[in-house]
Amino acid sequence: MAPATYELTVNGQKRSVTADPGTPLLWILRDELKLTGTKYGCGIAACGACTVHVGGVATRSCIVPVSLIGDRPIVTIEAVSQDPVGRAVQDAWVSHDVVQCGYCQSGQIMSAVALLKSNRKPTDKDIEQSMGGNICRCGTYVRIREAIKMAGGAQS
Amino acid sequence: MSRSRMAVGLAWFLLILSVGAFATSAQQSPDPTAPRRADGLAAWDQVHSVLIHPRCINCHTAVDYPQQGDERRRHYANVVRGPDGHGVPGLQCATCHQESNANSTGVPGRHNWHLAPLSMAWQDRNDKPLSSAAICRAITDRRTNHNMDGPALLKHNAEDTLVGWAWEPGRDIHGNARTVPPLSRAEFAEATRQWVEAGMPCPKL
Repeated sequence: MAPATYELTVNGQKRSVTADPGTPLLWILRDELKLTGTKYGCGIAACGACTVHVGGVATRSCIVPVSLIGDRPIVTIEAVSQDPVGRAVQDAWVSHDVVQCGYCQSGQIMSAVALLKSNRKPTDKDIEQSMGGNICRCGTYVRIREAIKMAGGAQS
Repeated sequence: MSRSRMAVGLAWFLLILSVGAFATSAQQSPDPTAPRRADGLAAWDQVHSVLIHPRCINCHTAVDYPQQGDERRRHYANVVRGPDGHGVPGLQCATCHQESNANSTGVPGRHNWHLAPLSMAWQDRNDKPLSSAAICRAITDRRTNHNMDGPALLKHNAEDTLVGWAWEPGRDIHGNARTVPPLSRAEFAEATRQWVEAGMPCPKL
């Protein structure tokens, strides 16, 4: 398909990119805009490493073509700390020393922020369900759960 | 024979004649609703053939997750139903499913992508499709079908955009076109119309 130009709002800034319409948002962010905090994991939305926010919704950027973004604002891990919930999550992540290898963690944080924006006091089951699509090969799940509860408490 | 006996005999003869005529008449007059019901049931069979196609029934589960693929496997990535059928915060249907199909990545999409409510499950909790009769009753029970009467059901089947996705399902992750229901959308709508006009009969359980 012929390349097209897209006007995107990424982390509050207008960005213009020209790409094949079928190009996943992930590659626009990483290759075109050099926002490499968002990771490529599986490429089929099965691991969650590529999670960003599109229009406030946690979104798997590896499977959403740039042509389907429209005018919805995009927020990536690079700017999530500008949001109070995002800041609280990152602080809790540090407090609980959540990260091991770190590859999945930007996606984990983006999903956790989406959860806490909707539910400040999630139960274990809420966390299990909302974070169920984010895989961590290091097995940091217990620390992730505690950090989410801490961040939620900080917001209450 | 006296006149009185002849009169009694004649009366009995006429009585027997009239009862016989009535019985014959009753046997020869079919139930006027019978052909209508038969036509309606035939139309229902057509409607039912679409409803149990994976493009439709995969999102009418009785469990906490949708299904995917023609083999109707459990949706991957630990996707769950959520309180309103749209997933849960952080893992909503819209986390992957956009306003239209993403053929370059094999992800289907349509506006308001979501699971049908549990009250409209067409499967049991072991993911086995319910009988045709049970599905028919689920669809026609206004206590569980969003209070849809016949015309509303016809409009839903003929015009709803998410229902319409079943005939425009796009390509899968391997680039293959997804299968579509055995009837066209127009044929599905026409079968629904015939079924509704026949009084929405359901097969016997």
